[in-house]
Amino acid sequence: MDRDEIDRKSRIARQFIEVIPHSRALGMEMEEIGGGTAQISMPYDARFIGDARTGVIHGGAVSALLDTCCGAAVISAGDTEAVTATLDLRIDYMRPARPGQRITARATCYHVTRTVAFVRAIAHDGDPDNPVATAAGAFTAGGQKRRSTEAAS
Amino acid sequence: MKRPEPVQVIKQRRDLGLARLVESVPYIGWLGITFERKGDELTATLGFSDRLIGNPMLPALHGGATAAFLESTATIQLAWTMLWDEIESGRVDPESLTPETLPRLPKTIDFTVDYLRTGLPRDAYARARVVRSGRRYASVQVEAWQDNRERPYAAATGHFLMPARDG
Repeated sequence: MDRDEIDRKSRIARQFIEVIPHSRALGMEMEEIGGGTAQISMPYDARFIGDARTGVIHGGAVSALLDTCCGAAVISAGDTEAVTATLDLRIDYMRPARPGQRITARATCYHVTRTVAFVRAIAHDGDPDNPVATAAGAFTAGGQKRRSTEAAS
Repeated sequence: MKRPEPVQVIKQRRDLGLARLVESVPYIGWLGITFERKGDELTATLGFSDRLIGNPMLPALHGGATAAFLESTATIQLAWTMLWDEIESGRVDPESLTPETLPRLPKTIDFTVDYLRTGLPRDAYARARVVRSGRRYASVQVEAWQDNRERPYAAATGHFLMPARDG
């Protein structure tokens, strides 16, 4: 894949995040994308609280951030299409996120086959060495276009 | 033998307890999840809205919205199972419940979601089953479907840390 192709895919990935209604509703911002790695952050928001007593963000909002970030990592990797879907995603919650803090997710697509992309991610609230959650998942790779090309050849 | 309580008294007590529990999780309200109760069994509904969309081309629900729906259903089912005992034994009066006085919510340790089918742009339903609930840890399975109960579109398993309880 040459430089232009990488730039093209990164642009598609960036725009794609912007047009995902759920990610936009959660206030997510793409910070970095390319070469199978993505970084997306999400602001603290009282509407996303999971426990009114503690003010800690709901695990589901962190899941949505990690899922979006993993998907972005997949589509920015070489040999994948600009569309992907989650096959499975496991999230481990290390500790509650600190109320008021922005949450940042960083995902790496570490292996891609013709059909599946494997991704790992972490989410932290300031210190990447002290994550609030980690994720591991499998995503679809090689969309409709690839399959129809294969079918035709 | 003690005379059974009037049905309305029982219903009101249980529904109020459930409502207070659900209100203590703001994100459930933001996502648009509601709970329906039949005895102690709960069915969650994720009412469709455009902001749940993850793929506008298809369109399809966002995997993160589905994960949050499943996790909320599992957490509420688990907390409700604990609260049910407290309310039915008379130890807790639902009228007095606030986020501060509610039993603490279970904390998610891990949560694994299987995406079985595309989430369609319409309402989704989910039910959770507490597979095991010990003093410290609980294991919960949850399944979500849309048109057809026999064709789940997502399923999940989660482990939870139970809140410390007195006694």
